[in-house]
Amino acid sequence: MSIWEYANPVKFMKTSSWALPWVSVATVISLAVGLIWGFFFTTEAMNFGSTVKVLFVHVPSAMMAINIWVMMLVTSLIWLIRRHHVSALAAKAAAPIGAVMTIIALVTGAVWGQPMWGTWWEWDPRLTSFLILFLFYLGYMALWGAIENPDTAADLTGVLCLVGSVFALLSRYAVKFWNQGLHQDSTILKVGEKDPLDPSYYIPLVICIVGFVLLFVTLLLLRTRTEIRLRRLKALEQRERMA
Amino acid sequence: MEMLRVDNLAVTRGGLPVLEGLSFTLEAGHALVLRGPNGIGKTTLLRTLAGLQPPLAGTISMPPETMAYAAHSDGLKSTLSVAENLQFWASVYGTGSIEPALERMNLRQLSERAAMSLSAGQKRRLGLARLLVTGRPVWVLDEPTVSLDAASVVLFGEAVRAHLAAGGAALMATHIDLGLHEARVLDLAPFKARPPEEGGIKGSFDEAFA
Amino acid sequence: MIALLLRDLRLAVRAGGGFGLGLAFFLIVVTLVPFGVGPEGQILGRIAPGILWLGALLACLLSLDRIFALDFEDGSLDLLATAPVPLEGVVTIKALAHWITTGLPLVVAAPVFGLLMHLESTAYFWMILALALGTPALSVLGTFGAALTVGLKRGGLLLSLLVLPLYVPTLIFGAELVRRGAQNMDTNVPLLMLAGITAAVIAVVPFASAAAIRVNLR
Repeated sequence: MSIWEYANPVKFMKTSSWALPWVSVATVISLAVGLIWGFFFTTEAMNFGSTVKVLFVHVPSAMMAINIWVMMLVTSLIWLIRRHHVSALAAKAAAPIGAVMTIIALVTGAVWGQPMWGTWWEWDPRLTSFLILFLFYLGYMALWGAIENPDTAADLTGVLCLVGSVFALLSRYAVKFWNQGLHQDSTILKVGEKDPLDPSYYIPLVICIVGFVLLFVTLLLLRTRTEIRLRRLKALEQRERMA
Repeated sequence: MEMLRVDNLAVTRGGLPVLEGLSFTLEAGHALVLRGPNGIGKTTLLRTLAGLQPPLAGTISMPPETMAYAAHSDGLKSTLSVAENLQFWASVYGTGSIEPALERMNLRQLSERAAMSLSAGQKRRLGLARLLVTGRPVWVLDEPTVSLDAASVVLFGEAVRAHLAAGGAALMATHIDLGLHEARVLDLAPFKARPPEEGGIKGSFDEAFA
Repeated sequence: MIALLLRDLRLAVRAGGGFGLGLAFFLIVVTLVPFGVGPEGQILGRIAPGILWLGALLACLLSLDRIFALDFEDGSLDLLATAPVPLEGVVTIKALAHWITTGLPLVVAAPVFGLLMHLESTAYFWMILALALGTPALSVLGTFGAALTVGLKRGGLLLSLLVLPLYVPTLIFGAELVRRGAQNMDTNVPLLMLAGITAAVIAVVPFASAAAIRVNLR
């Protein structure tokens, strides 16, 4: 039995409808446990105050923002090479989730940064990279929306995702270089660095990360199912028009 | 000599099959006219043969570098002169002089005129002159006589006949009679793709959706 | 191939100021910026490299949507795709023609605009070098964006959204090269990165552009 069996829409629909309730329940449980533990049952870090607890949302969402793009890259490649429609539709379904994760990461970053740096926005390399990543998500979604023929749209967005991935990575290093060039001896604490992390934060953070991954899987399954149904509907409509 | 062979071809438009089970051959010195109602897939078929889109099924075999394709629109640049337009395509196809083509399509007096100042019929003639400068033996023509007057249709018919006499071949989709009595006519209606439920071929849209 | 380049250049000239339009736009940007930030030469000189780079980016963007759209509409893109020239070559030539009509004039005229912007005297050499190295990448990446949006009726805005993020590395290293060069700092890293990005883009992106065109012609 091969993994490609799940590329068959029928098989995918069957499997996903079985898996969806389990994944949803697991999502709710892990998010609830992780966030409640993180917000209410951890000690307040000495020098940061309670604002540090935003990291239980910030870190997982930032990780997901990047991981989702990587997932889109993989599914786009599968579509371009093996022409499995489910793969292309999964990439399409993932993009808005990734964009929202990026926004969450940016907003929580700003909320966290305000009391720490005294400003809502700092052209910190990490924040800037996320802003650029968000632009890539926007362009990707806009291209999906603009093209009517679904196969053409899948092909073109796939190519864009490929080229975009290279440039997103390149931008990441360019931005790092650019900001160092501005103020080399910056004393700003880099967001997401692990060293100031209290060990007691570690377990709830991992639970939160697992929760966010599960949340993504739930939403992805839901959205991909919707996309497959939309696609089916469109095919039927078009056939009717031609007959 | 066989110039083009099509075997059990199926073509799609927008992901849906429009024609299936299509087979024919085209020999040197012959013309084949495609007929069928609007929307049957004549343009789609010709674009597939020209290599602009992949066939859904079946094979197209022809010797390499033998086909010249002419679409609905002539691909003329309105700010370039007639001669410049032709010269460009002659260079792209690596053929020599454009003079015979200008002569044949009766464009010599117009050769310095900008393409935008030509009438619709003159533009069409220029587009067909482009076929002559490609030097390719197999012409694939999509509605070549649209907007030509009766005299120009005769002129075009003669050009095609001369091309066939010189060992070329032509495949065209057209509604009107070109006066090419030797041309075979292929009606596409029997090859209309059936829905998958009736045993027709499945398009990319239908890939196991159920 | 050369025939295609000549045709595109000829078309750009005949269409009325193919070379001039980008320059005129550049001039407008450079004229408007002092109105926005004030006339003090010190401030202008400080932001000059950035403004000149942004101007180059936008001037390049202006003419992008016409690279393939005109050929698509009049059917010559179909004919080019069936002609005995590789589509990768066609898109590369198109990018070259675009660079000659927009990028090259900017490189040549950059000193004049630098003068208007009170660019530091040490920066002129680096400004011209950076533009000469960076603008080809802008044209090639722009061709990719144009290839993605060629079939769309209202592709202009989408094109900007797709292309501008791709310009980020070139902009960063290009502007950084000028800034460092002007201050006699080490220019090796931005110089090599800028040239490297351009070389890699020219080598690889035409394949993506040609693939996008093929998909769009289907």
